[in-house]
Order: sequence, then structure tokens, then C-alpha cells
Amino acid sequence: MAAARTLSLRQRDTRLAMGMVLPAILYIVLLLGIPIVLAVVYSLNDVTTGSPAMRFIGLRNFQGLLATPDFARAIGNTFLITTCTLVGVLILGTIQAELLMRPVRGKWLIRFLILLPWTAPASLSAIAWLWMFDSTFSPLDWILRGLGLLGHPGALFGDFDNAFWLGRSGLALFSIILVNVWRLLPLGTVIILAGLNGVPRDILEQAEIDGAGYFRRLFHIILPMLIPVFGVTVLFTFVFVFSDISTVFILTRGGPANATQVLPTLAFFTGVQGGSLGRGAATALFLLPVLAAVSILILALIRRREI
Amino acid sequence: MTGLYLATALFVVFSALPFYVMLITSLKTQADIFSPDIDPFWFSQPPTLDSIRLLFEQTQFVQWLLNTAYVGLAVVVITLALAVPAAYGLARIAGGWGETLGIGIFLSYLVPPTLLFIPFSKVIAFLGLQNSLGALIVAYPTFTVPFCTWLLMGFFKGIPRDLEEQAMIDGHGRFSAFMHVVLPLAMPGLLTVVVFAFTLSTSEFIYALAFVTHSADKTVSIAVPTELIRGDVYHWGPLLAGALIASIPIAVLYTFFIDHLVAGLTSVAHD
Repeated sequence: MAAARTLSLRQRDTRLAMGMVLPAILYIVLLLGIPIVLAVVYSLNDVTTGSPAMRFIGLRNFQGLLATPDFARAIGNTFLITTCTLVGVLILGTIQAELLMRPVRGKWLIRFLILLPWTAPASLSAIAWLWMFDSTFSPLDWILRGLGLLGHPGALFGDFDNAFWLGRSGLALFSIILVNVWRLLPLGTVIILAGLNGVPRDILEQAEIDGAGYFRRLFHIILPMLIPVFGVTVLFTFVFVFSDISTVFILTRGGPANATQVLPTLAFFTGVQGGSLGRGAATALFLLPVLAAVSILILALIRRREI
Repeated sequence: MTGLYLATALFVVFSALPFYVMLITSLKTQADIFSPDIDPFWFSQPPTLDSIRLLFEQTQFVQWLLNTAYVGLAVVVITLALAVPAAYGLARIAGGWGETLGIGIFLSYLVPPTLLFIPFSKVIAFLGLQNSLGALIVAYPTFTVPFCTWLLMGFFKGIPRDLEEQAMIDGHGRFSAFMHVVLPLAMPGLLTVVVFAFTLSTSEFIYALAFVTHSADKTVSIAVPTELIRGDVYHWGPLLAGALIASIPIAVLYTFFIDHLVAGLTSVAHD
């Protein structure tokens, strides 16, 4: 009797739970699902903003893309920028988190300032960098000139008065990576910091008593325990940088001469400004398999370790 | 010890320098801004509010701020209405499939807007919302709801089940127990969700860029970079002032709640 009652309560609970979850699921499935399906449909058709008619052309959008050098360059740039940013964020984030573990005066202000690149809207802070990299008035150039690294024959950054950060292809890519590292460093730092705070003190104290020095403790105890945390850092840094459009859009618009084009900006210029919806959708769709593969791989790795 | 302070100072300078330069430059006179040989990090002429006055009086900056706040608040309301029941249902009353579904919802947060903005603009047009703030209000919950549901699930799981059961034994129904016992205890979680739904939607870029082209309907995150930069003409004073003034309140709000965000992000590694 009692068992039957519990069971029916269970069943009622499940029905109630489904009712509560359903609106959110419906919203997500409809408004994320329909665009995803449409993206695939568009990429297989010849669609432009001008004419509403669709013409099925199979994989020709993809074939066309693969044949253009700009597209190959965008793929290369997307991976290059993402990889370099990841490495930068992991190394600098670990150092910064280690520093923030120690008691310092004015911690709240330091925290606020260090978090600013992540907490401020990306498209607005990119404007500050646009000024930092300005071709004439760049404050960075002013520092470099003061240090004697710019503006005279034989100087490291060239003999012009300006370095033209965004005007030379290699330097422009470097600038974009720099801004990405700058913007994602706070996120990496706080995630790693949360992991560091979770390392049990007694294990570290015991290791210290047993004679393990700082670096021995760091490399043999702390860092191995942080592997899931590094996984989380890699996951989010990867997703945010790989799919980011605002940094490149605001700093270079993909220039000079498409040298800094990434997949999201190329999709925007092709699909929205160029009006070739099919090609634009196909360009953006290239992000999907990589994002899915990396996310699933990392999630599987970090969730298995914990069990 | 000195080394520690020096290293920390280097990181602070690296993070904050662009904002410091924004602050100084937006208070400089035109002549002080536009001379390459003058110290860009300090005033060579007395500071002035000219750029800020120009920004508020001769651009639609105030309108853009209002648009941003309006969109942010509407998204907060929709997010709460969808995410609170969903998270509670998944965390508390659903069985084993609640966890799986929770992960599924979280994964949909990882689908980036840059992947979807082209077909999404067709959906927006179908709904008759193109070129309106409504487009953004409909679009933004697609990333705030998954993220906030996931975040809230963590909060609800942290509330002891006994408390609710006790309330139900005392004669409360499930809904009443939820309202009187669970929600007050989940207040920090609700506040976090409010702040994140708001800051995520005020910072969003690509949907706003793709869906809204009328300058009077833009939000700050796209209006400043697209309306204050016209072709090759950069009004650096108002431009940097606008970027700074819009950033700081969002950054302050965000900073207060970032620990909850991190707890939500790292919990994918161990649940």
C-alpha cells in the first residue's frame, strides 16, 4: 500500500518535472534547432538576399569555398589564433592564479582591474585596442619610440615613426592574438584559481614536511590535480575564441587584404554584406564539426577523470 | 616579496592599461589627442569634458543606453520565467534523466551565435521582428536560458531536500514549499542569474550586428563601434568615452558575481 502510494507520487513528480522543463526545452529546440536546420539547408542551396527562391545545388557551396584561397586562409587563421590564444591563456593564467593565491593588499581593486578585460563587453574593449594600435597616434608606438625600439634605422620595430600594428599582415595577426589572450586571460585565471583553492592544504603541508620544494609540489602535486580545471579552461577558451567575431571585425575587418580573416568574419562578409546566404551559412557551418568534436572530447576526458 | 608585488603589478598594468588610456583620452582636448609626440598617458593640456558632452548631446548615446537596458531587462524576465522552473524540475523532481538532460541543455550553450546568425535572421524576419529590439529579446534567451538553467541546477541541488519535505509535512503543497522554502534559499542563485542574463545580453555583438541596422534601435555594444566610426572618420574622444562609460557598470556588476559563474563553469567537470 505504502509502496504503491510512493510510486504514484513518483509518477506525479515526473509529470510535474516534465511540465516545468518543457517550456525551456521548447524555446531552445525551436530557436536553436530551426536555425541549425536552416543553416544546413542554406548551405546546400543557392540562396541570396536579393531573390527569395532557393535552388538546390548540393555540395557546390562547400566545393566553391574550398577552392577559394580566402577561405583556406580563414580556416588557417582561425586555428592559428585559437591555438596561440589557448597556449597564452594557459601559461599566463597559471602564473596569474598562483600570484593571486597570495595575500596582497588592495585585493578587491586588483581583482576588479585584472578581471576588466573579461567583464567589459568585448566589442567595446576592442575599441580601446583600436586606439592602442592606431597607425599614427598609437600609445604603444610612443612607448616603443621612447625605448628606442622604433623610429630610427636599425630599430627592432622598423625605422618608421609607427609600427602599423594592424596594417602589416604578420603583425596584425599577432595583435589579434594579443587582444584575445588579454580578453580571455581573466576567465582562465579565475577558473584555475578556483582549482588551486580546491587543492587540499594538508596534502601540500605533508609534502612540505616530507621535503618537497616549491617546484616539486607545483609539478608533482598541484598541476596534476588541476588537470580537470585545465580541461575546463581549454574548453571555454576554445569555444569563445574559435567562434569570436568582434575582435577581428572591429580591429581589422579581416584586413589587410584578408590576411586576418577568420571563419566568423568571412561568413558575415559573405552572407550578410555580400548577400550570398548559402555560401555564408556554409562558411559558418565549418565551425560546427570542430566545436562539437573538441567539446565532446574535453567533456568526456574531464568527466571520466572525476569518477 | 617585492618580486611578487612587481609580477602582480605587471599583470594589473597589462589588464588595465587599455582602460586607463580610454579614461585619459576621453578627457583630453582635441589638440592633446591628435599629436603623436605628446604623452598619450597623461594630460599636456588641462582635462576637459568636451568629448563626453559631445557624446551625450550630439549622438544617440543615451538612446542606445536605454535600448541596452530595455533589452537586458526583458531578457532577464524571459530567462527567469523559463530557467527557474526548468532548473528546479531537473535538479529536484526528475530522476536520473534530469542529469543527462541538464548536460544536454548546457551543451546548447556551447553552440555559438556566429554559427547561426545567418539563418537566425530569416527566423527573425519570419516573426516580423527585423530591425527591432524585439529581435534581440527573442534571440538572447537562446544562450541565457541554457547557461542560467545549468547554473540554477547547481544552486537547487545545494538546498537540502529535508527542508522541503518538512514544509510539505507541515501542510505546504509542493508549489507552496517551493515558493516559501526553496526560492528564498536560492536567492543568491537567482541574483546571479539576473546579473548574467543582463550582462550577457548587454555584451552580445553578432546578433545585434546582423539583426539591427537602424541607428536609433541599436544597443551600445554595436552602436559605439558602428555609429561612432563612420568610414575612415574616427571621433576618438567621444568614441573612447562611449566605450568606457558603457563598459564600467557592466564590468562592476559582473565582477561581483564572477565566482558563481566560475562555479557553474567548473561544475561540468564533476557532477
